[in-house]
Amino acid sequence: MSAPIVKTVGLRKSFGPNEVLKGIDLEVTQGEVLCILGPSGSGKSTLLRCINHLEVPNGGYVWVDGQIIGYELRKDVLHELTVKRLRAQQSQLGMVFQHFNLFAHRSVLGNVIEGPMVVRGLSRAEATERAMALLDLVGLAEKAEAWPAELSGGQKQRVAIARALAMEPRVMLFDEPTSALDPELVGEVLEVMRRLAASGTTMIVVTHEIGFAREVADRVVVMIDGEIRETGPAEAVLADPKDPRVRSFLGRVLARPAECDA
Amino acid sequence: MTKPAPLRPKPDGAGSSVQLLPLSELPGPNLAMRKLPHPGRWLAAAVVVLLLAVLVRAFALGNIRWEIVGEFLTAPVIIKGFGWTMLITIAALALGVVLGFGFGMMRLSANPVLRYVAWFYVWVFRGTPVLLQLLIWFNIALIFPNLYIPGVVDVKMVVVMTPFVAAVLGLGVNEGSYLTEVVRGGILSVDKGQVEAAHTLGMTPGQTMRRIILPQTMRLILPVLGNSAVGMLKFSSLAATIAMTEMLNAAQRIYFINGAVIEMLFVCALWYLMGTSVLSVGQFYLERHFGRSQGGRA
Repeated sequence: MSAPIVKTVGLRKSFGPNEVLKGIDLEVTQGEVLCILGPSGSGKSTLLRCINHLEVPNGGYVWVDGQIIGYELRKDVLHELTVKRLRAQQSQLGMVFQHFNLFAHRSVLGNVIEGPMVVRGLSRAEATERAMALLDLVGLAEKAEAWPAELSGGQKQRVAIARALAMEPRVMLFDEPTSALDPELVGEVLEVMRRLAASGTTMIVVTHEIGFAREVADRVVVMIDGEIRETGPAEAVLADPKDPRVRSFLGRVLARPAECDA
Repeated sequence: MTKPAPLRPKPDGAGSSVQLLPLSELPGPNLAMRKLPHPGRWLAAAVVVLLLAVLVRAFALGNIRWEIVGEFLTAPVIIKGFGWTMLITIAALALGVVLGFGFGMMRLSANPVLRYVAWFYVWVFRGTPVLLQLLIWFNIALIFPNLYIPGVVDVKMVVVMTPFVAAVLGLGVNEGSYLTEVVRGGILSVDKGQVEAAHTLGMTPGQTMRRIILPQTMRLILPVLGNSAVGMLKFSSLAATIAMTEMLNAAQRIYFINGAVIEMLFVCALWYLMGTSVLSVGQFYLERHFGRSQGGRA
């Protein structure tokens, strides 16, 4: 077993009176693929967004590869980091959004080179060379000059994955990456994610794709009402959940035909 | 429970009887087709032509000497005045855009002090007439007799505040207060996901604003900026009131002497129309440039 790279400690988050995360303790090891499952409103997306500090937790903290995200520990007190240092940490956590969020005013290539050029200071030539390799990886090298508005949903999401990979993150976070796609476009995105997983990328994936979780995930976590109710190897959790509410959730999901999971 | 009455087909009114064509009587595919006539359009055209004729007759027979219009259309003093008009327009618009973007971003700043300052700016300069502001700028020496910034400048205000400077400041600062609100709205309408994506790539707020938000804001507010440019060209005529020898002022000086009032005003109207037409063409190309990512739709 390799070393942990992400650890959340007692992570809590509320929106108004609504407590969405009720103290999440989670550990992810180097190279692991973790799928987070759970019904709508269970807090799984919020957990992911707290890990990269898009949402600021109300309690607890996130540790990634030696650093606490958003803070610096001095004499048992967490001191808030400057925005610049926070962003440097965030750039180490690649994020893929449900709605792609490609920069609408940049071409496909422009989207992928933006981060490396602006944040890491690469020259346009060097950034372009590496971006083309990544676009090749997701099978979209020939679309480099296209605008996002001209792409299908599946293509947009593959560009978004290439854009996140361009920052060479330590961990890739996926927030329901196929939920906004037409059913016939889900496969191409999952295929890219499958290849990433095979190459040893550490991945945390919030998803409804039970099939993908079963096939690719090293471990599955099931969240219900802001708590982790079940965790373990995919096969074990999916086949024989201990928690009754997890069992009823999985029963509902597994009963549906596969394409409805999208 | 009473059942609602079933819908019955309306009885056919006179002249709108439905044609019933049995299958056996259907003609072949190659039929001549006749478009619906549009008598309203012909009527409208006739009315417009008539009105135009009346107008043309009025202008032709009225008390206006066209040869004077033609003569002064290219008079050096008018062309020079138009040059000043354009210069005021461009300088004031540039100032307004800079102020609009600056205060527009301040309006949305996390820093409450900056937010209030921007709000106050809009409140003052959008809340008073631009003509009044022009007069105040022109007479600002009554409040600040000297322009004094330690170690930078120390001069008499009356020397600095020429009619041109007052016109640019008055029009530009006023326009900036409107554009502040336009920019604020533009920034707010950029999808929040764009900002989140920039943050996850590690871009700082400044980089996100400059590289992601503002370029997309530009596309949204260009139609309004085009309006501003056209409006500014026309409002620059207000500078005539503070002794700025732009085109309208030049025209007035001429008709005070030769009495050709309507002729000189027509000369100005023609030049203004020319100027606004040129600006509209420029707007078209700018919108096409910033809308290119939308496949030419924007």
